Amino acid sequence: MSYTDDTVVLRARGLRKHYGHGQGLVRAVDGVDLDVALGECVAVMGPSGCGKSTLLHLLGGLDRPSSGEVWLGGRRIDQIGERGLARMRRSAVGFVFQAFHLMDELTARENVELSALLAGRSPRAARRRAADLLERVGLADRAGFLPSALSGGQRQRVAIARALSNEPLVVFADEPTGNLDSAATVDVLRLFENLREAGQTLVIVTHDERIAATADRLISMRDGALVDETRLSGGTTGQLGALVGLEG
Amino acid sequence: MQQEVVLAMLAKEPSHGYELRARLRHALGPLGEALNPGHVYVTLTRLEKAGLVTSERTDGLADGQDRKVYGLTADGQQRVAEWLAEVSWPKPDLAEFHLKLVAAAAAGLADPLSIVDAQRRELLRRLRDAQRAAMAEPDGSDAALLLEGIVLRLQADLRWLEACEQSWTGRRSRS
Repeated sequence: MSYTDDTVVLRARGLRKHYGHGQGLVRAVDGVDLDVALGECVAVMGPSGCGKSTLLHLLGGLDRPSSGEVWLGGRRIDQIGERGLARMRRSAVGFVFQAFHLMDELTARENVELSALLAGRSPRAARRRAADLLERVGLADRAGFLPSALSGGQRQRVAIARALSNEPLVVFADEPTGNLDSAATVDVLRLFENLREAGQTLVIVTHDERIAATADRLISMRDGALVDETRLSGGTTGQLGALVGLEG
Repeated sequence: MQQEVVLAMLAKEPSHGYELRARLRHALGPLGEALNPGHVYVTLTRLEKAGLVTSERTDGLADGQDRKVYGLTADGQQRVAEWLAEVSWPKPDLAEFHLKLVAAAAAGLADPLSIVDAQRRELLRRLRDAQRAAMAEPDGSDAALLLEGIVLRLQADLRWLEACEQSWTGRRSRS
């Protein structure tokens, strides 16, 4: 079976992830249905422990559900074998984590390049792709630096470049600004805003209201379930004016 | 907007109404678009009646009200000085929202958590607008500084909503 609605790039149905048994049973994700459209930016917010990171891992194929279905680009991914899943992760999705997860012994460029190589590009194409992406995240002049020589915000920008190296269908980000100060947060914010405008499909799990506010759609999660959904488009500077007493 | 703002914008030098509007627009950036253009003239007329402002007709190309040059009277200058020395800060009405949650829960009329969600939605839309407007401003613009203030206040309000959510979630699971 497959679905034909080609504007939906990511789909979950009846998704559950349970840990433990009996009294100790934890329903981390408890019956989630979700459709993400091509080019849409979706933010998932909720209190700590609500299951939002687990949900992200299930959607991105980093973890397998206890039950339910995940479809990515028209293909069901919750049942494919380990090798198929690994291939899917290398070629079809990108991840951005709170703790960056860069390879410490590789330079910024090599981190991005490696990811492009693993996705099946030729060494030359991978090098070119890495240079383009580092330029795009404003780090062309830091390409030869090791992560240890970069600030937190710069490391996260390298991680975002890496996540884009295989031209992913979906970029998944888990608390991308969780370790950043306010200036670095604004840099990452700008970058996500640019990606959104360029039509990149994004799913972001976050505590940070500033990141959440850049999304097209905001989903609130509690106790493993999606409880509220909002489209954030629209709004005028008139409302902002009201906020500082400029009306009338 | 307060009359004192218009008054203080005149303190630099006697000016035409359109010059005042240009100064306000420059200081406010995209937020200045929320200003009703007629508002400045209505305010100037009120200030003139109150004896804080005088006007003088000038010859020129401008029509109607724009032909007048407005300046501060001595009383007007004193009012500006007082206004600059006053400490004021607009207060969002947190008590009203808080009481809404308490009353809704007590009467069983609405779920406090849905009220929190609706409020969060509204604040996030404003946050998004403020951020976009701030990012579109050039470095070091006056308006960017104002927008940063709006962003920070909205973040503070959103954090309080998170505290509301946690508290009301806790009460629900205890009951």
